Amino acid sequence: MQQKDEIRDIWTPADYAEGEAIREYNTLNLGPTHPATHGVFQNVMTMDGEFVVDAYQTIGYIHRAFEKLAERRPFYQITPITDRMNYCSAPLNNMGWHMTVEKLLGIKVPKRVDYLRVIIMELARIGDHNICNSVIGVDSGALTGFIYLFQQREKIYEIYEEICGSRLTTNMGRIGGFERNFSPIAWAKIKTFLDEYPLVLKEFERLLVRNRIFMDRTIKVGPISAERALNYGFTGPNLRAAGVDYDVRVMNPYSSYEDFEFSIPLGSSGDTYDRFMVRQEEMWQSLSIIRQAIDKLEQMPDKETYTADYSDYVLPFKEKVYNSMEALIYHFKIVMGETPIPKGEVYHCVEGANGELGFYLVSDGGRQPFRLHFRRPCFIYYQAYPEMAKGSMLSDAVLTMSSMNVIAGELDA
Amino acid sequence: MVNFDKLPDGHIGTGFFATSFEQAIGLARKNSLWPLPFATSCCGIEFMATMGAHYDLARFGSERLSFSPRQSDLLMVMGTIAKKMAPVLKEVYIQMAEPKWVLSVGACASSGGIFDTYSVLQGIDRIIPVDVYVPGCPPRPEQIIDGILKIQELVGNEGLRRRYSPEYEHLQAKYNIE
Amino acid sequence: MFEVNADRDQRLITLLEGQFPGMVLQHEVLLDMLCITVSKDKINEMLQFLYDHKELRFTFLTSLCGMHYPDDALQLGLVYHLHSLSNNYRIRLKTATALDDPHFPTATNIFMTANWMERETYDFFGILFDGHPNLKRILNVDDFEGFPMRKDFRLEDQSREDKNDAMFGR
Repeated sequence: MQQKDEIRDIWTPADYAEGEAIREYNTLNLGPTHPATHGVFQNVMTMDGEFVVDAYQTIGYIHRAFEKLAERRPFYQITPITDRMNYCSAPLNNMGWHMTVEKLLGIKVPKRVDYLRVIIMELARIGDHNICNSVIGVDSGALTGFIYLFQQREKIYEIYEEICGSRLTTNMGRIGGFERNFSPIAWAKIKTFLDEYPLVLKEFERLLVRNRIFMDRTIKVGPISAERALNYGFTGPNLRAAGVDYDVRVMNPYSSYEDFEFSIPLGSSGDTYDRFMVRQEEMWQSLSIIRQAIDKLEQMPDKETYTADYSDYVLPFKEKVYNSMEALIYHFKIVMGETPIPKGEVYHCVEGANGELGFYLVSDGGRQPFRLHFRRPCFIYYQAYPEMAKGSMLSDAVLTMSSMNVIAGELDA
Repeated sequence: MVNFDKLPDGHIGTGFFATSFEQAIGLARKNSLWPLPFATSCCGIEFMATMGAHYDLARFGSERLSFSPRQSDLLMVMGTIAKKMAPVLKEVYIQMAEPKWVLSVGACASSGGIFDTYSVLQGIDRIIPVDVYVPGCPPRPEQIIDGILKIQELVGNEGLRRRYSPEYEHLQAKYNIE
Repeated sequence: MFEVNADRDQRLITLLEGQFPGMVLQHEVLLDMLCITVSKDKINEMLQFLYDHKELRFTFLTSLCGMHYPDDALQLGLVYHLHSLSNNYRIRLKTATALDDPHFPTATNIFMTANWMERETYDFFGILFDGHPNLKRILNVDDFEGFPMRKDFRLEDQSREDKNDAMFGR
């Protein structure tokens, strides 16, 4: 006897009823190496034919012990570790970590640094949503969008390279700001990106957003209600697709986000189409934020500051280190850990591409943290996957997983 | 397709009959490698960039990615392999059909990378034989393509009898692979 | 970054001390967040109280993590970060227990999100959560021995022979 699930508008297999033949469920193992390059995690699905009855996840296939590793490294050496958590938007993690340490040390960064950070963070967000949306397209069979958008990701990589030297795992910035001012080439590349990217994004939208096939595959697939999402600890686009307007940039603004005007796109039913559209709209909003930041920076008379001015914790400019005695001594003291670090605990969160990325730092006065805990959004919302995939068909379950944007590095840390 | 007759003694080993034939087969194989992208972490994203339109990997013949081990030639291990993942990797390697090559992309796959921890396998060459290592964290797409070109060199110059030679069997036995 | 409101903090402390007398051991505002140290006896009821209270409404569990204080009497600690979305109010709740009695009540009856967080804490610190539906290791291999995040566990795999500790300053 089958029941009709009103929310999902599909027939769900019922449990055994009296007098009916016993149904045999079979097990399908999806992962850890599964062909959608999403990362390594395993789903063991109990299937009733084509329908998913239950899913059991195993993660930890790329557990690299970040939290233990962080207890061994001084603060400025932890930045490369934070890169490798959500590696699709590495600069966001870097900036979040720097802000956490600045909160602990009591460093106030100048406005110009804030605006520069906003540009980088929004670029990283665009990059991450790029991957997620194009991969949703790939999983439903639309490979073209992926190729178009990935070319634009190359442009973002070129911007990162101008600023910090590296493409993917950027280790960008320093505690207190950046390591150097953005060069004129970097500004030119950012401005070209702002001119060219909207056209490509529009093209991608025309391919998928009102595409009948895509809509049939993604509407009412993998829904989650707002109450369940909140109870599961969802944050970020997944929560906003369910209808809850919680964005850390608005609720607890950091890095001068209160100076910017942007909207938060919200979905209504929390299904795959809503998640796709929320991310799509967030990319447009990020482009607008970057434009506002560039305008604000051009109106600012100061065009040279790129770091805060605390000699105790902020590494001095390299030219000064090689030419002046005090800078050399401060550089030595900071790197060797002779500067006093206050004892205390701090929790800071940023709006990562997947949600609230939190850093809980406990310092005992030493050069290395006593304890560092990462509040990783992917780890927290991936728990809800069985509930979202139950009752759907296998192809829908795959789309649900890819629309949640689970990045293995952030899942396992 | 290609039938090997039992060679008379004295001509076993790499042999001297089959030189041009070997070169022809090597040429065909090296320009049509079907990779299995075993992408686990950040190097996987650089691989996606390598497969993209900018640094096109398909022009070297690797157009068709295969996620099934039975149908692929080249196992590209990209990203950190944790100890939990190691048996899975070994299974995938064993399931691949001969001839097979292994490309280890990135510092983590080559030697454990920056993660000298209790949970990370310090290099995949502890469990499977590796042909080419591509260092980097993550390596640029040009470096990955360089690695593929070196694999192509190996493939093109490989003797037809290599997989049956005692040295190869000794290599497999070292890793406890029958 | 988070706004500090002393009246709000005081009201919360008064409510908590009224409902659970003697359980609130210490409270202080560290940088910008109110930190409350409570004894572990009624931690589940406390979380439920904070969840259900009409005015406080701490319905979002941001994070749950374990701590190991090797120099304290109560060595294994647990830290909850709670967030009240409607009031934009964040607090930190800390408890601790002795090393030979690593039991805490589970929070999965209140927050579904605590499921994996508690599994991770068990995996890293060996803290057992009574009432958890599936308390198994989550990130390490299933037959892993030891609890890695405790201070006495070495970071590196001691059986590796290709990395020379002396050269890396360990």
